[in-house]
Amino acid sequence: MNLVVSAIGQGLLWAVLGLGLFLTFRILDFPDMTVEGTFPMGAAACVSAISHGISPIWATLIAVGVGMLAGLVTGLLYTKGRIPILLAGILVMTAAYSINLRIMGRANLSLLGKSTLFKTRFLQSLPPYFDSVVLGMVMIAIVTLLLVYFLQTDLGQSFIATGDNEVMARSLGIHTDNMKIMGLMVSNGMIGLGGALVSQNNGYSDVNMGIGIIVIALASIIIGEVAFGELTMNQRLVAVTLGSILYRFVLLIVLKLGFNANDLNLLSAIVLALCMMLPVFQKKFNFRHILKRGLDTNE
Amino acid sequence: MSNPILKLDNVVVNVNQNTPEQITILNHLNLTVNDGDFITILGSNGAGKSTLFNAIGGNLKIDEGQISLRDKNITHLSEENRTRFLSRVFQDPKLGTAPRMTVAENLLLAKKRGESRHLTPRGLKQQMAGFAKLTSTMNNGLDERLNTPTGNLSGGQRQALSFLMATLKRPDILLLDEHTAALDPKTSQQLMAATNDRINTEKLTCLMITHHLEDALKYGNRLIVLQDGQITYDVSGAEKEALTQEKLYSFFSDIE
Repeated sequence: MNLVVSAIGQGLLWAVLGLGLFLTFRILDFPDMTVEGTFPMGAAACVSAISHGISPIWATLIAVGVGMLAGLVTGLLYTKGRIPILLAGILVMTAAYSINLRIMGRANLSLLGKSTLFKTRFLQSLPPYFDSVVLGMVMIAIVTLLLVYFLQTDLGQSFIATGDNEVMARSLGIHTDNMKIMGLMVSNGMIGLGGALVSQNNGYSDVNMGIGIIVIALASIIIGEVAFGELTMNQRLVAVTLGSILYRFVLLIVLKLGFNANDLNLLSAIVLALCMMLPVFQKKFNFRHILKRGLDTNE
Repeated sequence: MSNPILKLDNVVVNVNQNTPEQITILNHLNLTVNDGDFITILGSNGAGKSTLFNAIGGNLKIDEGQISLRDKNITHLSEENRTRFLSRVFQDPKLGTAPRMTVAENLLLAKKRGESRHLTPRGLKQQMAGFAKLTSTMNNGLDERLNTPTGNLSGGQRQALSFLMATLKRPDILLLDEHTAALDPKTSQQLMAATNDRINTEKLTCLMITHHLEDALKYGNRLIVLQDGQITYDVSGAEKEALTQEKLYSFFSDIE
């Protein structure tokens, strides 16, 4: 039971990453590698701020801020510097490693004995692991609602149009470069938030905690899409969160099968690769049909 | 009527500048477009028709010369900022619409062409009735598919939508780049007729590239021929009315 609650809690906290990456990967339609740097940067900034006596709420907001700054740099390199997005992201990700070491002063910083968002009296009064479920739900609700509102505004529609058809967007007077920079900033701000939440939940920040992050974020997006199929934009946002939780269950099962935590990155990559190849399998074996039949007989 | 709205003076566009392969696409081209002109543009491949549109539209920097709108120099105005007074329809149906957004969403984007966009609710519901009425003028079932992603429309419906989007907010200059070329003959003719209707009723100023001599003669009040980056033929009014396909053919064979 505890394992299930923990998986849901982790899924909710990590869903912020999936939602952040959704903005660039699905809406702007490009892979943004910056996230591998912004996630530990958000964690580093948040943990350092807390250990300097700043309140956890402010520390979390600072993490959002540094994430947005990293996104701004990638955006400027990409749009104004004309560096291909993949390389621009890798450059910022690489630079972020050094910056993160500077922020923390060392490779690993603990929050032992320090206050965090999870140490409020209400969250501590809950049964074990329910703190991350409750806080995760609150955070996801806030982020999702803000995104739903944003995407239905004139600015949000221009943002979607930029990713959907850039030539058209420009011919309608949409400043597509600004849209891309904005998207990268908001996206990386959310990744920074994810880093802040996960580090406070773990109780430490580590300079290497960004490795493989993009795969985890992609997994929530892809699993959500594979599991729920054709959806409207708002439903797709919710599907990312559900995908993130499902992904945690997959990991839970895999660990139960006897793999250990060191295998996680390999397993994550395999899970993601399988999910992304699903359309190919589906064509070959009519997979969804078989799956549906299998599920129906279970009920 | 002869009130100049758009002027191109001595416009030069080169590709591969400062390399041995330098080619001049627009060669000191001069063109004055009057308010209310509906100009059809003919020219063989490589004559510079699309380059001319890109220069006017601003997605191509010109190397020499000046472009002005109502005596205001717009040579260095960005593509995005020119959309305040200019709209265009592309030849490729895929270029004119956002495939994952619905017909209505696309129209709403076009309704705010050239305006700055803020964090204000988009207000799609209030527009739906107007959009239904507008799309029904196309007589191709577009009005029944307002909530369909444009990626699921036929090419003809997409181009009709692109055309509506370009004219929804009245442009000072409308550029049509062979917008019916990718369609089957019947759909192409329908869209061309609808285009002509709308341009005439709204009294739009329009430049239209076409490969159909027939269309070039039938529509518009002025016809120009582009050859090697220059305008080699320019007729309007009664003179254009008197023009026949045979005369145009002989003209083309003269220059080749």
